[in-house]
Amino acid sequence: MNTIEQTTEEILNLAATHFNFPRAGLQASDDFYKKLGIDSLQALELLTRLENHFGVELPDYEVQGVSDFHTLATRIQARL
Amino acid sequence: MLDLTKYESLGAALRDALDRWPDEVCLIEADRDRERSRLTYRQFRDAAEPLIAALEDYGFAAGSRAAILMTNQPKWLISAYAIFFAGGVVVPLDYKLSADEHLQLLAHSKAEVLFVEYPLWRAIAEAAGFHERKLRVVLVTEAPLHADLAGGLRWEEFRANHATEFRSRTRKDAACIVYSSGTGGRPKGCVLTHENYLEQCAAVAPVFPFWPGARYLSIIPTNHAIDFMGGFIMPFTGGGTVIHLRTLRPEFIREAFTKYKITYMAVVPLILSNLRRGLGEKFAALPRSKRRILDALIRINRALTRRKPRPGLSRALLKDIHQAFGGDLRALLVGGSFTEPALIDFFHGIGIPIYNGYGATEACTAITINDLKPFRPDTVGPPVRGMEIRIVEAGSDGIGEVAVRSKTVMSHYLDDPELTAETIVDGWLMTGDLGCLDSAGHLQLLGRKKNMIVTAEGKNIYPEDIESAFDGIPVKEFCVFAANYLWPQRAMTGEQLVLVIHPEPGQAVNEAVRTDISGRNSRLLNYKRISGYMVWDHDFPRTVSMKIKRAVLAEQIGKSMDRAAMVPL
Repeated sequence: MNTIEQTTEEILNLAATHFNFPRAGLQASDDFYKKLGIDSLQALELLTRLENHFGVELPDYEVQGVSDFHTLATRIQARL
Repeated sequence: MLDLTKYESLGAALRDALDRWPDEVCLIEADRDRERSRLTYRQFRDAAEPLIAALEDYGFAAGSRAAILMTNQPKWLISAYAIFFAGGVVVPLDYKLSADEHLQLLAHSKAEVLFVEYPLWRAIAEAAGFHERKLRVVLVTEAPLHADLAGGLRWEEFRANHATEFRSRTRKDAACIVYSSGTGGRPKGCVLTHENYLEQCAAVAPVFPFWPGARYLSIIPTNHAIDFMGGFIMPFTGGGTVIHLRTLRPEFIREAFTKYKITYMAVVPLILSNLRRGLGEKFAALPRSKRRILDALIRINRALTRRKPRPGLSRALLKDIHQAFGGDLRALLVGGSFTEPALIDFFHGIGIPIYNGYGATEACTAITINDLKPFRPDTVGPPVRGMEIRIVEAGSDGIGEVAVRSKTVMSHYLDDPELTAETIVDGWLMTGDLGCLDSAGHLQLLGRKKNMIVTAEGKNIYPEDIESAFDGIPVKEFCVFAANYLWPQRAMTGEQLVLVIHPEPGQAVNEAVRTDISGRNSRLLNYKRISGYMVWDHDFPRTVSMKIKRAVLAEQIGKSMDRAAMVPL
């Protein structure tokens, strides 16, 4: 099973690819809304990409209020 | 549709609707691409009966209040119907608020019963301010077998099997208490009567009629006035079907359009932008020759639908696009916050009518609706039937505060006569929005007089409500404002909040203070965050009871400082 660090790393890679953002510019503690300049629906689109990648399902409410990559990683990690 | 002008209460109208269309499907619950359940009107009534009986046994009396705290799902509507049937008042709570905020509103509303999803109840029971009080809690989603339910009962346990008695209400009785904001110490609980809702439905029905077979896709939270009307009262009193989609993921919304052949959907501007982005990407990927054909068809469609929508014609002209929306879409209703004319214009081009409008919880939803006859993306439309609009203290440009009067204006704010008197003056609801009426009777909105912002997600944010997040920052005093309240602008979009800080004498606003502010800000939900802060070097004007005189302070700041003084976060 992935460690939390691996999960975080994979999330950062996928987010960079999905939003065409330089990977080097993203960190686990970043607020993804602010850093990527995205809205809540785009964040949900990213979530679907992550679900497909990790093979888990997260209800929308699980990620309500989450805005940084690290917390997102812990939510996904809990379901792996 | 039922003629709602003949009814005394929502409960009576809904009861008749269940009898009138027993075999029609009223509710479909879908989670992503999976259909979870579907209910006919008869099955809906059968599901509500034991609940009504249990409410009666609990001693729930006419006028008693029951809160609903759920995401969009069939049990929201079943619970609401049971409450109305038993003569009660529904208190719809926003599931996106925090547990502390839920506790405040439960206490303020004096709800005796709470229908709640288990994860939300668990959060409330774990909140610091939680203490058990006389409140019958009914859990509508599955809780683990041995979980501590903190006094709650499972849905399957709260039921009784005996005949029930319909409790009639009059038009002037309260139907719902809807919080239009309110957690900053002064909750604004709009008391809306049965008459408010019945008249609102009657006013809107000519524009959005429902019939057996008409399907409404529900994604805006049902606690929101738009979905409560468009996704409950209106379809039910017309024999229509409501589809609850348990996710806001854009790809599943698109899928639901085709799967369920949706007739109407209410959206906030953010969802509309997302749909436009998706379509725009598809258009951009077309080969040049196909793109030229598409552009020509859009031009033809625009010319032919300028005077009124012609759905059949638009579907024939732009078949592929309309198929992607299921082929039966009559209209998208956009509300909750101001919609950019360019966004409405994009959908007009492809023949998907966007009905924008203007509303307020205090006016029981819609004040104006743009009926697209003719297409006017620059306004929010003329007043709905029975609605009077007056522009108060208009300047030479005709712009002033929008005041409205109608049978749909709320009765009062719960337990707040002072605020009620400020808001409803001589029978006119003062909206706090600035606008003007043009020669065609259309309303144009041009800014706000009140200290608040509305986000593209349709969230009303009152600065007072988020100040507690900054309690304890190391400065002498602070206050949060809507930037447009300090520096008025003729704009309804891109609104921002600003934190005004007054440091101690000689105190420098150093990195530690900035980090503290920034950290607290990031813990707020993203749509509630401040955009920046500014430093103010004078004492805040205060009342005898030491409350900040916000209007006075705002005027002082607006006069002596510029918007550029805001330090972005």
